[in-house]
Amino acid sequence: MNWFTKTFSSTIGRKIIMSITGLFLCSFLVVHLVGNLTLFRQDGGEAFNIYSHFMANNPIIRTMEFVLVAGFLFHIYDAIVLTRRNKAARPVGYANSHPEQNSTWSSRNMGLLGTIILVFLLVHLWNFFVPARFGGLEGVPNAEYLNLYSEVVLAFKNPIYVGLYVISMIALAYHLIHGFQSAFQSLGLTHKKYTPFIQKFGYAFSVLICLGFAAIPLYFFFFV
Amino acid sequence: MAGSNPNAKPMDLTLKVWRQKNRETAGAMVTYPVKGISPDMSFLEMLDVLNEDLLRSGQDPIAFDHDCREGICGMCSLYINGRPHGPERGTTTCQLHMRHFNDGDTITIEPWRAAAFPVHKDLVVDRSAFDRIQQAGGYVSINTGGVPDANAIPIGKSIADKAFDAATCIGCGACVAACKNASAMLFVSAKVSQLAMLPQGKVEAKTRVENMVAQMDIEGFGACSNTGACAAECPVGISLENIAIMNREYLSAKATSEHVA
Repeated sequence: MNWFTKTFSSTIGRKIIMSITGLFLCSFLVVHLVGNLTLFRQDGGEAFNIYSHFMANNPIIRTMEFVLVAGFLFHIYDAIVLTRRNKAARPVGYANSHPEQNSTWSSRNMGLLGTIILVFLLVHLWNFFVPARFGGLEGVPNAEYLNLYSEVVLAFKNPIYVGLYVISMIALAYHLIHGFQSAFQSLGLTHKKYTPFIQKFGYAFSVLICLGFAAIPLYFFFFV
Repeated sequence: MAGSNPNAKPMDLTLKVWRQKNRETAGAMVTYPVKGISPDMSFLEMLDVLNEDLLRSGQDPIAFDHDCREGICGMCSLYINGRPHGPERGTTTCQLHMRHFNDGDTITIEPWRAAAFPVHKDLVVDRSAFDRIQQAGGYVSINTGGVPDANAIPIGKSIADKAFDAATCIGCGACVAACKNASAMLFVSAKVSQLAMLPQGKVEAKTRVENMVAQMDIEGFGACSNTGACAAECPVGISLENIAIMNREYLSAKATSEHVA
C-alpha cells in the first residue's frame, strides 16, 4: 500500500472519510428537501413534475448522481469496516455495563440508525427513483414531462409507507444529531469560538430537515 | 483515624468479582460476601479485607493492579458497577471510598475489556500495548549536552496550560475500558497533542503522530465514534479536544511528511 491508501485505511483515515461523506450527504438532504417542497404547491403536481423532469435530465445533476452514489457507498463501506474492527476490539463484553451514564444513546447506535436509514433508502428508491428513471410513469397530457406526482399521491395513501417514512426520518434525525457535530470533531475542526455554534446548528439542522421530510407523507396521507 | 466519621456504620456487601486463573483459562463471575466494611475505607482497602479473608481460609486472593493508591500512578483499574473506576467522576479506583456505596449493595467488579488488554489474572490486564504506543513516538529526542537556561524557550501561558492538561494523563486505560469500541484515541491523543503543542515536541511532531497512530492500529484498538464516554470517565479529565488535535496533526502529517511508503 502507498501512503495514500495507508492513510485512508487507518482508523483515523476512515473516520475522515466518514466525516467528509457524511457532511456531503447532509448537503444532499438540503437540496432534496428544497426540491420536495414543490409538493406543497396547490397546482396538481405541476411544479413537482417539472422539478423532477429537470432532475432526471440535467447533465450536471446526472453527473452529481454518480458522486452521490459514491458518497453513499464510501460512507456505508467504511461504516461496515469500522464496525467490524470495533467489535473485534472487545471480544469479551462486560457482565454489567452502564454506558447510558457516560454517553448518548444515538452516539452508541449510529450503526443501527444507519441500517434503518439504508433500508428506508432502498424502499424509497424503489418507490420513486426506479419508476422515474427506468419507466413505469404515465405522461402528463399536453406536457413533455412524466407524472411522478401521482406516484407520490398513491404511495402516501398507504399507511405502511407513511409509517415507514416517518419512523425512518426519526432515525435519520438521531443519526444526524450525533453525526453532524461528530464529523467536525473527526476532521479536527474544533475551537471554543465555533464548536458550540456547530453543535447547536447541527441539532437544529437535524430536527428541521427531518421534520420537513416527515411532513410530506403525513400531509399527503391526511390532507390530499 | 483523622477525618473519619464516628457515626459511620460498617457495611455488609456482596461482591461479584471476575476470577480467571491465567490468560489461557476461561474466567467467570464469583460471588463473595464481605462484612464490616468501614465507609472510610477506599475501594482497594475493601478488596484487601476480602483478600485477607480468602488467604485465611486457604483460597487464592483476588489479583488486582495497584501501586501509589494516591490517584497519581495510573496503575489501578477495575470496572465497578458498569463504570471504569466506579461511579464517581474524576476519581481513580484507589481514591474511590466506600461511603459512595450503601449497606447491602451488590457490587460487580470486572477487568478492563479489550482485545489489546488481555486478562493476565482475575482483574489484572496487560496494558503493555500502551507502552508500545509510547515507544513508537511519545517522547522528545534530546542530544545530551549543557543544561539550557530556564525560560530560554518562550511558551505562551495558554499553550503551556493546554499541554500540561494533556500531560496529566496517567495512562490507566479507563478510556479504552469505557469506549464501546475499546478505542485508545483519548490516551494516544493526549500523548500526541501534549508534545505537538510545545516547541521541543514540534521537531518530531509528524513522525510521532504517524508512528503512534500506526502502533495504536497494530495493537487492535477500535476507532473513535465520538461518544465522549472516554472523557466522561477519565479520572484526570483529559479533554475530547485532544482527539481533534490528534486528527488534525495526523492529516497534516500524512499530507506533508517525508514518509512516502
